[in-house]
Amino acid sequence: MSERGTNPARRPDGAAFLIAAGLATFGAVMIWNASSIPDRGGYSGVGAAAMPKFVGIVLLVLAALTAVSGVRGAGLPVPRQQPAPILWIIAGMLSIIFLVHPLGYTLASGILFACTAFAFGKRNLALTLPVGLVCSFLVYAVFDQILKLNLPAGIPETLVFGS
Amino acid sequence: MSTFDFLLQGLGTAMQPMILMYALIGVLLGTAVGVLPGIGPALTVALLLPVTYGLDPAGSIIMFAGIYYGGMYGGSTTSILLNTPGESASIVTALEGNKMARAGRGGPALATAAIGSFVAGLLATLALAFLAPHIVKLALVFGPREYFALMVLAFVTVSAAFGESTLKGMTSLFVGLGLAVVGIDGLTGQARMSFGVPQLLDGVEVTTLAVAMFALGEALFVAAKPAGDDDKVQEVRGSVKMTAQDWRRSWPAWLRGTAIGFPIGAMPAGGADIASFLSYGTEKRMSKYPQEFGHGAIEGVAGPEAANNAAAAGTLVPLLTLGLPTTATAAIMLAGFQQFGLQPGPLLFVTAPQLVWGLIASLLIANVMLLVLNLPLIRLWVKLLSIPRHWLYAGILLFATLGTIGVNPSPVELGMLLIFGIMGYLMRLYGYPIAPVVVGLILGPMAEAQLRRALAIAQGDIMTLVSTPLSATLLVIAALAFLVPMLLRWRGRGRVLSQFGTDED
Repeated sequence: MSERGTNPARRPDGAAFLIAAGLATFGAVMIWNASSIPDRGGYSGVGAAAMPKFVGIVLLVLAALTAVSGVRGAGLPVPRQQPAPILWIIAGMLSIIFLVHPLGYTLASGILFACTAFAFGKRNLALTLPVGLVCSFLVYAVFDQILKLNLPAGIPETLVFGS
Repeated sequence: MSTFDFLLQGLGTAMQPMILMYALIGVLLGTAVGVLPGIGPALTVALLLPVTYGLDPAGSIIMFAGIYYGGMYGGSTTSILLNTPGESASIVTALEGNKMARAGRGGPALATAAIGSFVAGLLATLALAFLAPHIVKLALVFGPREYFALMVLAFVTVSAAFGESTLKGMTSLFVGLGLAVVGIDGLTGQARMSFGVPQLLDGVEVTTLAVAMFALGEALFVAAKPAGDDDKVQEVRGSVKMTAQDWRRSWPAWLRGTAIGFPIGAMPAGGADIASFLSYGTEKRMSKYPQEFGHGAIEGVAGPEAANNAAAAGTLVPLLTLGLPTTATAAIMLAGFQQFGLQPGPLLFVTAPQLVWGLIASLLIANVMLLVLNLPLIRLWVKLLSIPRHWLYAGILLFATLGTIGVNPSPVELGMLLIFGIMGYLMRLYGYPIAPVVVGLILGPMAEAQLRRALAIAQGDIMTLVSTPLSATLLVIAALAFLVPMLLRWRGRGRVLSQFGTDED
C-alpha cells in the first residue's frame, strides 16, 4: 500500500461517495427485505428478520461514516487504471456465463483463456486461442472423465468422448 | 489414551501410501502457489474444494493443510528473490531477504528461511498436538453464549484490530455478514434476501466468493495496473550452505519466531502476517548486529519465516478445537470440512479421532517433505518465477472458473463469480481488506445461530450474553480490540497498525 498523501488542500473524495451510496443501497435493501419476513421471535425474542435488520442498519451507519470521510478529503491516492484489460477479462467471463451451455466447456473456457492473455498484453489471438482451447480440452478430459466433475459438453467433447 | 498414543496412531494413518500421496500433492501445490506471486493458499484451497467432492475426506483435508504449510514455505522464496512477497505473511521477509540476495547471499537466505520454517513447523505442530486436547476439554463447557462471544472476538480481530482503517475493515466485515444472510435461514427455514431467485436460496457459496475475490479480483487488479515497474528476479548464486556464523545467528531467531508465532496464530488474534511483523521487530531489537538491519541481516529472515509457519500451525488450534477460523485460509478449510459433513470442534476429536490425529501427524510428515522440496530443489521452484504473466493469469482464471462450472454451472452462480470478482478488484483498489468478507460470510450464520440459541435458552434475556465470567471476558476483550486501535489511529499512531494490514492469509 502506498503512502498516504499529505496534500494540504484536501478535495472531497468522489469515490467515497459512490462507495457510500453502494453500501447504503445494500443496507436499505436488507432492511426492506427483512421487513417482509414474518418475524416470530419465539423463546429467543429474535427471529429470522433480526440479523438482516441489524446488518442493514450497520451498513447504513457505515455508509454515513464513509460519506463523512469523503467530505473530509481524499483518502489514499488511487493509481491510474487502464480500462481496456478490465473489459477484456470481463468479456472472457461473459463468454463463460453465456457460451458454456450452448458451446460446451472447451470452447467457452478457451475464449476466456485467450481474452485473459490479451488483457495481460499477449495480443496474438492466433496463438493464445489454440493454446487456450488445448488447455481447456485437457482440463475437460482430466476433470470430467477422470475426476468425475460434471462439465457441460459441447460439440468437441461429444465428438471425442461420445455423449 | 495420552496425546502421545493418539499421535502414534495418527502416524499410522498418515503413513498409508494414499495419504502420503495426498500430503505430497498438497505440499507441492502449496509450495508452487506460495512461490507464484498473486495466488496464495486461500485461493488454492478454494479452487480445489469442488474438485475434491468425490475424493477421500481425510486425504483431501490433509492435502489442504499441506497447501497451507507449503504456501508459507514457498512465499519466502519469492520475497527473497523477487522482492515481491508470494503471500502476505512474507512481506517482512522481503525486507532483509532481498537485500541478502542482492548481496549475493541469496542461498543462505533461502536456507535459513527453509530450515527455520521446518523447525517452527515441527515445534508448532507438536504444540498443537499437546495443546488441542486441553482446549477440547475446555470447549466442552462452552455454551452458545461463549461461542457467540468467541465469534464476536474473531470478527473484531479480523476486521478492525489491524489494517489501515477501522471503518474499512468493518465495512468489509458487514458486507460479508450481509451476503451471509442470503438464502434459507437455518433455524426457521425462512427465505431471506433471495428475491424469488431459486439459485439464491442456497445462499452465497464460500468458494464462489473466495475464488472471485482472490483470483478474479487479483487478476483484474494486476491487469489494470499501469505497465512498467516489475522487479527483477535475483539469481541464486553459489551454494545454499550456511556458514557456522549463519547457524549461530539463526538458531535463536528461529526459536523466538516460533514462540511469537504460535500463540498469535492460536489466539483469535489475526494471522501469520502479524506474527512475522512482531518477530521482525523483536529480532531488530535483540540483534547483536543492529547495524546490519536494512542491509540484509540473516536474523530478519530467520525470525519472521519461523514466525509465519508457527502461526499457520497455531491457526489450526482454534479451527480444529472450536471450529473457529481466524484467517481466510482457515475459513476456507472450514468450508472444506463442512463439504464432507464434518464440523470441526470438540466433538470432532471424539467422532473422528482417526482423521484429526491423522491430520496432525501428516503435518509433521509434510514438514519433512517441505524441507526436502525447498532446500535441494530450490532452483526448480525459482523457475516458476519466469512464467510470463499472461500465461499465468490465463491459467489461473481457467482453473478459477472450473470449480464453479463443475458444481453449479447456472448463469446466476457464474454471474455472482463475475460480480464478486469486480467487487474484489474495487476493494483492492480502494484499500478495503478482503479477508473479513470471507470470514464474515462463513462465520456469520454460525454466530447468528449461536446468538439465537443463547437467547432462546435465556428466554430472550439479553443479559445472558455476559452472565458467565468467560463470555463477559471475551466480549470485553473484543471491545478493547475494537476501541484501542481506533484510539491509536485517532491520536496519529496508526502507521504501525497499517503495516499489519491483512491482505489474504
